[in-house]
Amino acid sequence: MTYINGIASISPQHSFGNNPLDGIVSSLSRKFECIEPDYSPWIDPRAIRRMSKIIRTGVAAAALALKEAGIEKPDAIVTGTGLGCITDTTQFLTRLIQNKEEALNPTPFIQSTHNTVASQIALLLQCFGYNQTYSQRGFSFENALHDAMMLLEEKSAQNVLIGGIDEVTDVTVKIFDRFGFSKAVHGEGAAFFVLSDAPMNAWAEIAGMRTIYKPKESTQVTSQLKDLLEAAETRMEDIDLILLGSDDDQTRNSIINKMNVPFSPPTYSFKELCGEYSTASSFALWLGVMAIKKGFFPNRPQPEQVKKVLIYNRYFNQHHSLILLKAC
Amino acid sequence: MVGLGVISAIGKTVDETLTSFENHRHGLGPLSLFDSVHRQLPVGEVKISNTQLANELAIKGSFNRTTLLGIYAARHALNSVKLSLPWRRGILSGTTVGGMDRSEKFFSQYVAGADADFSLVKDHECGSVTERIAEDLGATDHISTINTACSSSVNSIIYASRLIKQGYLDVAIAGGVDSLTKFTLNGFNSLMILDKELCKPFDADRNGLNLGEGAGFLVLVSDQVLRDEALNSLCTISGYGNTNDAFHQTASSEDGRGSFLAMESALRSSRLKPSQIDYINLHGTGTKNNDSSEGVAVQRLFGDIVPLASSTKSFTGHTLGASGGIEAVFSVMSLVHGCVFPNLRFQSKMAEVNFSPIREFKNALNVRHVMSNSFGFGGNCSSIIFSR
Amino acid sequence: MEKLMSELKVKIIDALNLKHLKPEDIGDDQPLFVHGLGLDSIDALELIVLLQQNYNIKITDPQEGPKIFKSVKTMAEYIRSHQPA
Repeated sequence: MTYINGIASISPQHSFGNNPLDGIVSSLSRKFECIEPDYSPWIDPRAIRRMSKIIRTGVAAAALALKEAGIEKPDAIVTGTGLGCITDTTQFLTRLIQNKEEALNPTPFIQSTHNTVASQIALLLQCFGYNQTYSQRGFSFENALHDAMMLLEEKSAQNVLIGGIDEVTDVTVKIFDRFGFSKAVHGEGAAFFVLSDAPMNAWAEIAGMRTIYKPKESTQVTSQLKDLLEAAETRMEDIDLILLGSDDDQTRNSIINKMNVPFSPPTYSFKELCGEYSTASSFALWLGVMAIKKGFFPNRPQPEQVKKVLIYNRYFNQHHSLILLKAC
Repeated sequence: MVGLGVISAIGKTVDETLTSFENHRHGLGPLSLFDSVHRQLPVGEVKISNTQLANELAIKGSFNRTTLLGIYAARHALNSVKLSLPWRRGILSGTTVGGMDRSEKFFSQYVAGADADFSLVKDHECGSVTERIAEDLGATDHISTINTACSSSVNSIIYASRLIKQGYLDVAIAGGVDSLTKFTLNGFNSLMILDKELCKPFDADRNGLNLGEGAGFLVLVSDQVLRDEALNSLCTISGYGNTNDAFHQTASSEDGRGSFLAMESALRSSRLKPSQIDYINLHGTGTKNNDSSEGVAVQRLFGDIVPLASSTKSFTGHTLGASGGIEAVFSVMSLVHGCVFPNLRFQSKMAEVNFSPIREFKNALNVRHVMSNSFGFGGNCSSIIFSR
Repeated sequence: MEKLMSELKVKIIDALNLKHLKPEDIGDDQPLFVHGLGLDSIDALELIVLLQQNYNIKITDPQEGPKIFKSVKTMAEYIRSHQPA
């Protein structure tokens, strides 16, 4: 069993405050940036001075998730990020070129490694336990989630802090546009969770996850979905809400229609709230837990009770993932 | 563990690599892969161009160097194992630079305001490199890329063994790859930890590291695959540890607490006593900080009887994300061939420790258990034990 | 010397992103590392870059750092005695 005992999200929505999602924010441009909180309750000003956005958002979201779970120090920290600390990477590269390799500031290089968020969290918490970072494009968060679930299964850990983090920059928008995202809104965010083998104050549990890489037929996705539901002893009709990670391209959306399952549960395209990025499924997980906890369902008729949520994310039509959530 | 493949500055195959070790022939030399103001710094280049790699691999299409090196070593590893049944196959790879060798070329154009060639960044992401390798090998049932700086590929190997043990995968190609880039050369130079001369790991007068590149992969299989395919097990992964030093972003703690905890965890999970370790492949980068920290941790863990130990980075340079994978292959070679590798250019013992690394290649030894250490930026410390 | 020290304080705050400090918060003789401002080894490297970028002084041995960067005053003295004409 994998219980979710603490959650936090910094996103293009008001997701971090006391009244998350109180007022929906729509993106005004193709670059959908996070609404950053006041970090002073969460990060020491002496520590924050080196932190680019991805690091600040990751560290703060991790801190809130741990606070909500009532855990001071997790047994393990596992993160997923598609592009890593891309702002720092770009900054160091740009200076390298402009200064012709002379007198280069080391800070952006040091901060550019993908594991910076996970290690900063460990440093600030003085956590010596298992520490891992995955960077597998649209499966970066799913890899982190799978590892965490295995750690609990193996009884190597009782509480695992996991997170999905990515940031958007002008350069990433230009690059992803060239590779087929030209109609998408490019987003970013940090979503963290404390996963435990005991319910404690859990609102939800993860009842299963499946990933499908470059499916040739939509039946490959539907058979994994059937497998997931069967293993979780759940029927499609029992799902209260489906969170879909579809962009606004009609051609890509058609694969969802071909899934050939009764879509009577209400669906919601969560990327309207967070934009498209490698670890957007982490935002979907946060949203799913919020839906169970608060019956939240933005801008749509509210279901009476949300007890089962299915997340189906697609990234570049290459990375398909299914996550099933159940209320505790 | 049934198969291995490695490519580095000291050889394109396991056999070539062994010959280099036997002859104390390192692969460090001047930079030739790209132009740089730092061309005087010694590096461990794989002595083969991208064009030659692509030709030898008979690969169509344009790939970055990291992908080519990765496919080279991973194919060698998988081709050494005969598999006839439709097992679940996956790839777990550790890398830090991804496609940066081409991305930095793109950036030069982009910053200059020129019409930049966007195809150069097609496989920039660490995860993309692994996907290209996975597709080449037909191992797409599970694809994971780990980036925990210099401990990336040993963490991939650890994760692969856990996936197999828990029944999620039958066959895993696990290890890592990194290629030399202007980005990392300048990055490490800005940290002032590059040795202008050939590095001297664990020496009292050491002055830093030399960067290297390469790839190292193991093929791990489940008990069932071993049985049903009648394969020969070269060794097993008997223990591992993944910890965080939590001291500083780049520096290791003076008492090497993260390294100590990683090694101790590896010993504990293997149920071995320190005295049973026959050889330690040290992380041994050659920096003042790492070697001191690691040395103190080794001394504390092993006490008066420190096993034979050496840093093979004195041969290959520091291959960053690939180091864990490459040195895992070296560790398995040590077990299979009953040999230990020298720590080149060592002359005087560090003041902080009572032991010295070995200076000569030795074989005809009974090597039963080998420990390999990989410690990275961000305090990521990992240690793994291979056993015959 | 006073002018150089004032200038250095502004540059240090900027280079090390010490947004919570003002130049007048840094004493001329105040230790910059460990205690005092509590800077670390990464900051030392950044200060080496600061000297190169602003005063054309190249420090090749990072071991010299602790002496040179002990305080704003020692930095200013080093610059005065090493700045190329």
